[in-house]
Amino acid sequence: MDKPNFRGPSLRGKLFAAIVIALSLAFISSAVPAQGPTPTDDEVNRIAKQLYCPVCESTPLDVCPTEACRQWRDLIRSMLAEGKGEEEIKQYFVAQYGARVLAEPPNRLVTYLVPAVAILLGAFLLFRGFQMWLKPSPAKGGEATIDQTVKPIQDPYIVRMEEELKKRK
Amino acid sequence: MTESSIPAPRRGVPIWAQIIIWAFLVGLLAIVAMGLSRAQQGTVQPGQVIDNFTLPLFSGYDLGGKSEIHLQDLRGKVVVINFWASWCKPCEQEAAELQQAWTEYEPTGQVVFLGVDYVDTEPEARVYLKKFGITFANGPDLATRISQYFRIKGVPETYFVDQEGVLQYVQVGPFTSMDQIRAQVDALLK
Repeated sequence: MDKPNFRGPSLRGKLFAAIVIALSLAFISSAVPAQGPTPTDDEVNRIAKQLYCPVCESTPLDVCPTEACRQWRDLIRSMLAEGKGEEEIKQYFVAQYGARVLAEPPNRLVTYLVPAVAILLGAFLLFRGFQMWLKPSPAKGGEATIDQTVKPIQDPYIVRMEEELKKRK
Repeated sequence: MTESSIPAPRRGVPIWAQIIIWAFLVGLLAIVAMGLSRAQQGTVQPGQVIDNFTLPLFSGYDLGGKSEIHLQDLRGKVVVINFWASWCKPCEQEAAELQQAWTEYEPTGQVVFLGVDYVDTEPEARVYLKKFGITFANGPDLATRISQYFRIKGVPETYFVDQEGVLQYVQVGPFTSMDQIRAQVDALLK
């Protein structure tokens, strides 16, 4: 009578099984979307305070108590959990709701250049205006009479008074 | 006579500077006036031809297989444009009526209902649409372009546009009955 064959799998079989399991695990782990740990409130609010919901004007998203803003914060949290970065999240909100949701306007040259140029131009105009207003007024007839070659004619009374004053000193 | 006469310098601001200052002031006032005027304007008024706009649709809420809608493609039909949001409680009051009206008018092929989701998140919007069993075309108001065009003051608001693309009626706030919707649509279908 033959003995039953209780021999286990060969070494080659074990190795093959191990490789299959390892590959399967690697495939499963790569198939699961990258999901980081749940973002904290601080992490969410760091982005939220840079955004304003159009429904609640003048209230930053991080402190806005409305339902719409709560939904937005939840969306930020889920996007952070998906591994999205701050700029990526802000860009998504701009695409969805418009640039007005940003606390600071987009960094466009014209955004900062136009006010700066306007202020400089205004200051220059004011300066020139004050300069001209402070100049002496001309004489009647549109001509100024300036005598730079001779001494001005002095009043004899003033001359005498000045002499008296000199004597007293 | 020893005094010499020289031309007097002109007094005051030169003319070019005056022009610039006045132009600047007038421009500033015009901007302020435009802002105030816009703030005081209500929604777009009946009688106005509504310009074309594009509404991308949520997947599963398309219209005749199209994933986005151009208003101009709907000429010849009555278009009911409803602004709503999932966070808007009054919107919930009219959601069932709107869906019921859509179910009633869809077979005629003469009326289109468009839901424009205002300042909302898609997951919450989908929950809302599912909760109220809404099946008509719905999509997000990207960058709030459509709501800014209509100058909506809040949600819900509903705009009835006739077959020629002319706005005929504006409902601010929720409908309280099916009859309200039916009265407007039927008047445009006659």
